[in-house]
Amino acid sequence: MSHDTEIQGRSQAQYEYDRRKSAQQLRKQVINFAIMIFLTFIAFATVVADFAPTFIKPIILLLAGIQVVLQLYSFMHMDDKHAPYIGVISTFVWVGAVIAFTFFLAFNTIVWW
Amino acid sequence: MINTKFTPQTWPEHPEQVTQEGKNKYVGIWIFICSDIVLFASLFATYISLRNKGPAGMEFTSQELFELPLAFVMTMFLLTSSLTSVYAMYQLKKYNFKGVQLWTGATILLGLGFLCLEIYEFYHYVHLGFGYTQSAFSSAFFTLVGTHGLHVIIGLVWMTCLIVRNASRGLNLYNAPKYFVASIYWHFIDVVWVFIFTVVYLMGVLG
Amino acid sequence: MSSVAVTKKKGVGAVIWDYLTTVDHKKLAVLYLFSGLLFFAIAGFEALLMRIQLMYPNSDFISAGTFNELLTMHGTTMLFLAATPLLFAFMNMIVPLQIGARDVAFPFLNSLGFWLFFLGATFLHLSFFLGGAPDAGWTSYASLSLYSPGHGIDFYVLGLQISGAGTLISAINFIVTIITMRAPGMTFMRMPLFTWTTLISSTLILFAFPPLTVGLFLMLVDRMFGANFFDHTMGGNTIIWEHLFWIFGHPEVYILVLPAFGLFSEIIPVFARKRLFGYSSMVFATILIGFLGFMVWAHHMFTVGLGATANAIFAVATMAIAVPTGMKVFNWILTIWGGSIKVTVPMIYALGFIPSFVAGGVTGVMNATAPLDYQIHDSYFVVAHFHYVIVGGIVTAIFASFHFYWPIFFNRTLSEKLGYWTFWIFFIGFHLTFFVQHFLGLMGMPRRVFTYMEGQGWDLFNFISSIGAIMMAVGVLLMVVNMLLSIKSKPVNCRDYWGDGRSLEWAIQTPIPFYNFKQLPLIRGFDAYWIEKQEGNTEGMTYAEPLGDIHMPNNSILPLVMAIGLFIAAFGALYHPDGVSWSIPVMVIGLGITVLAMIIRSVKDDLGYHVHVDEILAIEKELYGKGGNN
Repeated sequence: MSHDTEIQGRSQAQYEYDRRKSAQQLRKQVINFAIMIFLTFIAFATVVADFAPTFIKPIILLLAGIQVVLQLYSFMHMDDKHAPYIGVISTFVWVGAVIAFTFFLAFNTIVWW
Repeated sequence: MINTKFTPQTWPEHPEQVTQEGKNKYVGIWIFICSDIVLFASLFATYISLRNKGPAGMEFTSQELFELPLAFVMTMFLLTSSLTSVYAMYQLKKYNFKGVQLWTGATILLGLGFLCLEIYEFYHYVHLGFGYTQSAFSSAFFTLVGTHGLHVIIGLVWMTCLIVRNASRGLNLYNAPKYFVASIYWHFIDVVWVFIFTVVYLMGVLG
Repeated sequence: MSSVAVTKKKGVGAVIWDYLTTVDHKKLAVLYLFSGLLFFAIAGFEALLMRIQLMYPNSDFISAGTFNELLTMHGTTMLFLAATPLLFAFMNMIVPLQIGARDVAFPFLNSLGFWLFFLGATFLHLSFFLGGAPDAGWTSYASLSLYSPGHGIDFYVLGLQISGAGTLISAINFIVTIITMRAPGMTFMRMPLFTWTTLISSTLILFAFPPLTVGLFLMLVDRMFGANFFDHTMGGNTIIWEHLFWIFGHPEVYILVLPAFGLFSEIIPVFARKRLFGYSSMVFATILIGFLGFMVWAHHMFTVGLGATANAIFAVATMAIAVPTGMKVFNWILTIWGGSIKVTVPMIYALGFIPSFVAGGVTGVMNATAPLDYQIHDSYFVVAHFHYVIVGGIVTAIFASFHFYWPIFFNRTLSEKLGYWTFWIFFIGFHLTFFVQHFLGLMGMPRRVFTYMEGQGWDLFNFISSIGAIMMAVGVLLMVVNMLLSIKSKPVNCRDYWGDGRSLEWAIQTPIPFYNFKQLPLIRGFDAYWIEKQEGNTEGMTYAEPLGDIHMPNNSILPLVMAIGLFIAAFGALYHPDGVSWSIPVMVIGLGITVLAMIIRSVKDDLGYHVHVDEILAIEKELYGKGGNN
């Protein structure tokens, strides 16, 4: 085995603890999934219900933002403090989000004016 | 690494993180996703500035064109496929190879369903006369949503290759990170879709 | 694939195959170096032709159309195909050594990145022979380039798309390497400055190249498939191209200048024999420059008509970048101040860099003043500004680093004497060429013009500028001669060639074995090797692990195959709008080759190979004699 692989054996107690933790995390993720479906449904419903666009636009954007953060942190393990280099990764993702936001702002204002 | 025999108990809790290559792949897919975020941001920005813009007298508008029920069903397919991907990773942790293969297969099927609906939608628009070259709006729409569709196709091919490639090999520390990064990529595709259905379809229908 | 027989004489064929299939970061660095030099020479030749044309008014040495092709290719080649690969050469060679790693995180992708760059660059240059090079400027604005007849712009779009993919892949590689593969004890704040600037520059590539990819794709479909992004009659907007291009284009110049800053941050402490002043502020300034670089792109679009508010915002943001840049300049000066200065060729380039780059930087702030920019936009003032920062900053850094790192690259030295001749001829030529161009611009001479009328007061300065260009060409020729002479010179065969090395790359005796460190080093602080030297350790680094088997990656021909597939497909795409019958089959075959290579790569298990302890000891004995490299 190459020297850069770190494998630690687990005791039975550790193993069972890990299994329980895993199952709990899965349950959390299923609940988050249900929330995502709910958020999607609300977004579609507000549009179908025909309220004024000026109210709905920010609301559905906000709902999308919440759902995305939920996806990132729950499904994609950005909340996992033990994932390798997760601090650095989070920084990169948030910087990317800020830059993406700049594009959105710019193209909304200085393309047609 | 390939030949070590594991049991569920000796299998590490985070199989994708224990090798140097696994760590590299894990960080690597996230960094790649950051570049993809900016790629889609550019496409979104272009789409937003060209929405409903076309030649004088163009009769296609986003309010009339987009159908919400179809978008909703497509969203459900993709969101659920994200959940099945989560289940596949749960099986990966438990060293249940059959489970990994099964749930990844379910992800692929749901993704295929999404893709078929999208192809049908595109065909419908082209049939109506709203083709790629019809206007700036149509070019922007098909480029943005089409690029997402291309990412879906790539993800489906990737996961299929994984299932086929590993069928005779089982799970080991060499291919566990491969499943994991494919799953992260698939979740990202879903994240992009959340923005697409919000910005393109919902805001399109709003006007 | 063990290498016990390290001194087995290899035939030419074996050496060529080795370089075609290598995944070793050091060999790829050499490939980047030579390709970069080749394209630098080509682009420099294009510039020389332009300057000869502009030497006299109403000259007809070069026709207008050809002049447009030359100016387009000069800019495109210098930025994408000369500066970037030369900087990548240094990043590839030095960064893994500086962080104590054996290779980069993804050696296979490292090779793929190189071959994509090389074949994209070749594709672009084939345009000269296949109907004409692109001729709409390196910025290729949508109005002009959409309607450019012939295939020039298509070569531009496809060539840069392929080459850009290679650059993006390499950037991801460097980022992951620096994050995950640092030696034990090397925290982020103990990394050498060149590694930091590589990290930030690669992050800039990561975020800046996708908008370019999108822009090039939109240009492609507009030209070839009837899309309507930039066509105002169909609802499109040509400004979208400018936004996408400059959102890429501005970070691009920081992508190039930050590694140059990093190289000088390595050179100056060594020859001032003093620790880099203000390490944390240097790191902070680098990050700030990188981040602000994304917020200023519209300063290239002041005269488009964005309005006073937008112009003001971007003007102020642009001026703000001068602050962290100034921090870095002061830190370099304060590093030299009070040091025991040893003037060598790299150091004299560094001393020439500081005033030249600052001069370019201040004219940059002048350009950033939006009202003034209305007068000097698209004039030679802008040309003077950016050549001062690019040549004064980036090219100087590259030339200095050739001398500085040649022992590590090739176990040889470049001649100091020839180096001084090169420096003075090139440096004086550079100032002659571009200093007078400031005045030409202020006198109203527009850029990108193939000739000018006499009697406008521009003749003398154009003439002087062209003399300077000839001097620069002589300087570059001398440098190439220097490099060729070094082939036959005596091998250096020592550790820490310059004697005052501070970081890890100097801790290994040259020639560097393919596995770099036989045991991973233990890092005890910033300037890790300097610390060891101060403690009296004459034999390199303290090690973090006992001698054991070393795990190395396998060579592979697949990256070259993948790149060739895309190269072939690009021809199919290029000629598709002409309606030829073979365009689709060629595209399919090309893409098929690439996809097949990807499938082969995925299906095979590739775990690399192990170098066993006895082989390591044999190699070290072979290279360094008894006692080895410690």
